[in-house]
Amino acid sequence: MPSLRIATAAAFVSLLALGSSAGWAQAPKRGGTVHAIVTPEPPMLMQGLSQTGPTNMVAGNIYESLLRFDEKLNPQPSLARSWEVTDGAKVYTFKLQPNVKWHDGKPFSAEDVVFTLDKFLREVHPRWRPIANAQVEKIEQLDAETVRITLKQPFGPLLFAMEVASAPIVPKHVYEGTDYKANPMNNTPIGTGPFKLKEWKRGSYIHLVRNEDYWIKDKPALDEVFWQIIPDAASRAVAYETGKVDVLTGGSVDIFDVPRLAQLPNTCVTTKGWEMFAPHAWITVNHRNGILGNKQFRQGLMHAIDREFGKDVVWNGYGKIPTGPISSKTKFYSDDVKKYDYDVKKARDLIKQSGYKGETIKFLALPYGETWTRWAEAVKQNFAEVGVNLEIVTTDVPGWVQKTSDWDFDLTFNFLYQLGDPAIGVSRSYVSSNIAKGNPFGNVGGYSNPEADKFFADAAVAATEAERQTLYTKVQQILAEDLPVLWLLEMDFPTIHRCNVKNLVTTAIGVNDGFRDAWKE
Amino acid sequence: MGLIRFLALRLGKGILVLFAIAVLNFLLVRAAPGDPAQVMAGEAGAADAVFLEQLRERFGLDRPLPEQLWVYIKGYSTLDLGFSYRQQRPVAEVIFERLPATLLLTGAAFGLSLVLGVVLGALAARRVGRASDSAITVAALIFYATPLFWIALMSQVVFSLKLGWLPNVGYETIGANLTGAARALDIGRHLVLPAVTLGLFFTALYARMMRASMLEVAGADFVKTAHAKGLSPAVVTRRHMARNAILPVVTLAGVQAGQLVGGAVLTETVFAWPGIGRLMYEALVQRDYSVLLGVFFISSAMVILFNLVTDLLYRVVDPRIEGGA
Repeated sequence: MPSLRIATAAAFVSLLALGSSAGWAQAPKRGGTVHAIVTPEPPMLMQGLSQTGPTNMVAGNIYESLLRFDEKLNPQPSLARSWEVTDGAKVYTFKLQPNVKWHDGKPFSAEDVVFTLDKFLREVHPRWRPIANAQVEKIEQLDAETVRITLKQPFGPLLFAMEVASAPIVPKHVYEGTDYKANPMNNTPIGTGPFKLKEWKRGSYIHLVRNEDYWIKDKPALDEVFWQIIPDAASRAVAYETGKVDVLTGGSVDIFDVPRLAQLPNTCVTTKGWEMFAPHAWITVNHRNGILGNKQFRQGLMHAIDREFGKDVVWNGYGKIPTGPISSKTKFYSDDVKKYDYDVKKARDLIKQSGYKGETIKFLALPYGETWTRWAEAVKQNFAEVGVNLEIVTTDVPGWVQKTSDWDFDLTFNFLYQLGDPAIGVSRSYVSSNIAKGNPFGNVGGYSNPEADKFFADAAVAATEAERQTLYTKVQQILAEDLPVLWLLEMDFPTIHRCNVKNLVTTAIGVNDGFRDAWKE
Repeated sequence: MGLIRFLALRLGKGILVLFAIAVLNFLLVRAAPGDPAQVMAGEAGAADAVFLEQLRERFGLDRPLPEQLWVYIKGYSTLDLGFSYRQQRPVAEVIFERLPATLLLTGAAFGLSLVLGVVLGALAARRVGRASDSAITVAALIFYATPLFWIALMSQVVFSLKLGWLPNVGYETIGANLTGAARALDIGRHLVLPAVTLGLFFTALYARMMRASMLEVAGADFVKTAHAKGLSPAVVTRRHMARNAILPVVTLAGVQAGQLVGGAVLTETVFAWPGIGRLMYEALVQRDYSVLLGVFFISSAMVILFNLVTDLLYRVVDPRIEGGA
């Protein structure tokens, strides 16, 4: 049996990292309280049942999955202490940590992992379900500390699906044989993570305390974490300035407040810790609506948008201009594609050739706050310069979700997470098999290109990284020519925190699992 | 008409009105675009058809609308406010845990504005035309006209950020574990900014109304008589003028009291006060129908109740009034 021994190497590297992080700086000090912002208030903290951003931010410190990912998106041990990929990348064998306990004191074992992946998440998780049903042949327990996943064919992104928001391991003894969604224990989550839920005072705060029985000795260092819920962005900024809050998580203050807050004493700003998500912002184009189905017209629009201005002025210089569907922060990115600089003349020519006759195009604004509104106005101005009439249509969040899901728009903003691998986070927006009403994150624009479909499909199941890269490079070239959507920005969501909160952002999901290693000076 | 008959009639009418409001609310809420399943899918950034189907089935949204309405009415007729599937808890529990914070805030603002408004209004009326009258009138006009959110944010900047006197957000110091008097004091300090912000608007209203009403009464014959009898100006103001001038203020206070439960969305949001107003706003944004309808129901019940109380109070303030149903 040919064996790819990446696991051992990775485990070794991470042991070094664990050892050295204590060595190179000061030793973490035990104790202390950190106040962080979570916004909006999460609907629930049972991470297997809710995948909202706020849920993940808090619950990623309560639950754990088999793997964590560093800032370069390399897998690191978590509940799995090592793993092996064999049989032409079709069999994944995970060795689990010994002596792990659930928050209620019961022992954790391979049974919980098999139950979670094969039963619980297969039933309820919108991202794991399709993977489990299409790719996985069987999930089995070899012994109390070993789990084996056998695939139908190689599936490159499988390890990324082992991230905590995608596959949080849940306790079998709490959920087996119950109606998962109605289980009363959903309000008192039981995980294996470094923190336990002590109290959730709705509308005010979520209080996490140290798990004294955590399986890594001496971790976590912090006694407690309070996740404060403050609904107004300006009030959150003042709360940080007056010392009520130590950590402003990404997106919790308006981007134009960031430079001002960054000037405050003892304040550190980092854009790291979002590599797994790599939020990619674009204008979705409804290809069904008249001129918008015309490639030349879309190319004209792309040349008309001053994307640098959007980045520098609207987003205060945060982010990077994308070249195509795949973020440069993730694997399989290629910049060997057609580029679109800001060029009013080229835009006018292309739009003229496309046969555009001045019809009004409706732009559904994204109701996510002031910055998005300003961005919509900037785009409107850019389009006006090349003679394209844009009418901005406003709505609230549920209205936006409904209109987008039902294809009731000409153009609209959207930003999607890339989730580590193009087969999970990118292809879903472009492949024709994902053209379906009722879901705002499918291929709502209706772009369809059999060639792109095929490359996306082949790349997901190609056996080696090199083969996948070749296929994804081709896809990026095709899409950059076709412009199914107009890519605007690889977004940054800076995290602002007091500099004496150390080691807060060390993984690809940042504060979402960062309090395990964080400590306070 | 007897008091009992008056009360029975009014309560009967109240229940009818409440029923009509409940049905209307249900239809109104459903007229808004989107549903809770779509919102949750939107927040998750991931969804497939099965996910949405599961949610809709769970929320009972897959049933025909008349059936959903029937279930809702049936529940409310036994005072069962339903279940919030988003929060996985009964609506009554969700609402009642927020009630104390809201009542504290709106109650404090109510008391503050009523007392301050009446006193300032009466004072301005007695010194009509003088500098102190102008000062009160101008201040009242300013607070009446300035948007609440601006006052809220500026008060945070001045009193929390620049002066450092008061906390800018929240109900109490999180993680301080205070008890007894220390905790009460802590909550009190957190209460000052939101209560004053919320109270200022109504203070301005009461002051303006009280002043106008006092001036109207000042020319009345019985006031001249009182002065002619040789009563001191203070006694005339207190016993003869104020008592008669206060009726319109009572009417307005009745309106404000009706909003004690649901009327502080903006203040609660800016000051992160964990009350009902925020709950309602968030439920609206999340299309959490059962919570939204629950808050609507309780607020409208309060309005009806306080209208009744106001009418009863008229009889106390002015015994000439016989309540007509």
